[in-house]
Amino acid sequence: MGDYLLLAWTWARASAQYRASFAVSIVSSFAINALDAVAIGIVFTHVTTLGGFSLREVMFLYGTGGLSFALADMLFGNIERLSQHIRAGTFDTMLIRPVSPFVQMAADGFGAHRIGRLAQAAIVLGLSLPVVPWSRAWMVPVMIVCGVVIFTAVFTLGAALQFVLVDAPELANAFTYGGVTLTQYPLSVYGDQLVRGVTYVVPLAFVNWQPALYVLGRPDPLGLADWLRFASPAAALLLSAAAALAWRAGLRRYRSTGN
Amino acid sequence: MADFVLYLRLFQYGFRRHSTYLAAALAGAFTNTVFGVLRAYVLIALWQARPGLAGYTLTEAVTFCFLTQGFIGPMQVFGRGLSFGDRIRSGDIAFDLVRPAPLLLWSLSEDLGRAAYLTIARSLPPAIAGAVMFTLAGPASPWFVLSFVLGIVVSFGWRYLVTLAACWTTDDRGTHTLSALLTMFFSGMVLPLGLFPGWLRTVAESSPFAAMVQVPADVWLGAEAAWSTLGFQLLWALALLGLGALLTAAARRKVVVQGG
Repeated sequence: MGDYLLLAWTWARASAQYRASFAVSIVSSFAINALDAVAIGIVFTHVTTLGGFSLREVMFLYGTGGLSFALADMLFGNIERLSQHIRAGTFDTMLIRPVSPFVQMAADGFGAHRIGRLAQAAIVLGLSLPVVPWSRAWMVPVMIVCGVVIFTAVFTLGAALQFVLVDAPELANAFTYGGVTLTQYPLSVYGDQLVRGVTYVVPLAFVNWQPALYVLGRPDPLGLADWLRFASPAAALLLSAAAALAWRAGLRRYRSTGN
Repeated sequence: MADFVLYLRLFQYGFRRHSTYLAAALAGAFTNTVFGVLRAYVLIALWQARPGLAGYTLTEAVTFCFLTQGFIGPMQVFGRGLSFGDRIRSGDIAFDLVRPAPLLLWSLSEDLGRAAYLTIARSLPPAIAGAVMFTLAGPASPWFVLSFVLGIVVSFGWRYLVTLAACWTTDDRGTHTLSALLTMFFSGMVLPLGLFPGWLRTVAESSPFAAMVQVPADVWLGAEAAWSTLGFQLLWALALLGLGALLTAAARRKVVVQGG
């Protein structure tokens, strides 16, 4: 933990040295991610509800999913660059240092510029808060923390996959960036099979969909069991355990490229 | 004739250079497909609520989605610059500017080679997967092929300007992000331009970005007369390439070779 903070702080200071560049990257990460929100706004100029959810409710889903992802991406997202490090041979140096390679990878090039994405999601979430009743507001921080854990686990699984598929790191994007795109809309717009898949296989439904059904007081459009709404912490723990195992297995299997 | 052989060879090199990374291209195709499926469901929900929106039927809207996912690779919708960007940073661009073959045509041939490869590796898989999972509309007009190529040329013309701008700016990240932002939003990649409100729609539809994604997709769907849309694309292609030639000449005067 201390190692992580030290490394992250060092990298953040390094990236803030070039002030103009730093400011440009914060603003551009804000703007690029805001495009999705603008798209939702444009969609709602044509309809009043999408998949049975109002604009504010969709913004709540977008905000919680986006904020969880932005935090996971800022804190651990760098792990997705594993294949670059393997190919360049720089991963080998990490292995001989007295700090866990996971921590080194996560903190490597710590991108404080990703604050842009964070700010964008936080603003949308803030605007959506009037739909949250006081008595159920306690769930919001819980779901965000669980979301961060789930996305971090997905990032880690993607990185573990890169131990095997060094040449195809983009495969993981389908689950990480695809995952956050999925959680930005109500799952009721997607097909039944897809929703069951992200409930029982890759548990992205627990990032925000299931807990949000509780917060917004909605029946499950697919008629899944009510207790699932409170299962996010369990899903997050299970997926983290799987990710930790995969990461370790990958690390054990790793053979240097030899350069 | 000799010129033609040179450019043909550069085209082949562009093709071959990218074909080395087959696994990467297939991974990209998979990701493009996943995003295509997610976008398709959102559009389906929208079109079920408002059939006939933007002049598309539901099938056409889903077709639009998978066509545009297929354009990401060849048209470089995420705004990635051309490969000589690195050479501007290192200073090697000075050699490229004095070669007997003009930089513009040189990199155009290479980029067309790249696009040809990515069409096979990154455009066909999402389109085929989309056709298996959903009902898609077939091409309405044989002019689509020409429109597709023109879309790539317009995209090249734009990226050439963005890349060459690095001769004047010290940090090219800002311009690249701005380019990615404009291209994604105004091309129709985020949403079909027909959904945009009033003036924003007018601006987007007359921009060069529309010529990269929205127009070729509309030619496929037969949404508009082919000759006027092709003319629109041709106009933008010529304008951007012309600007590119002017900017290259300016860069030639600007670049100072520091002895050595």
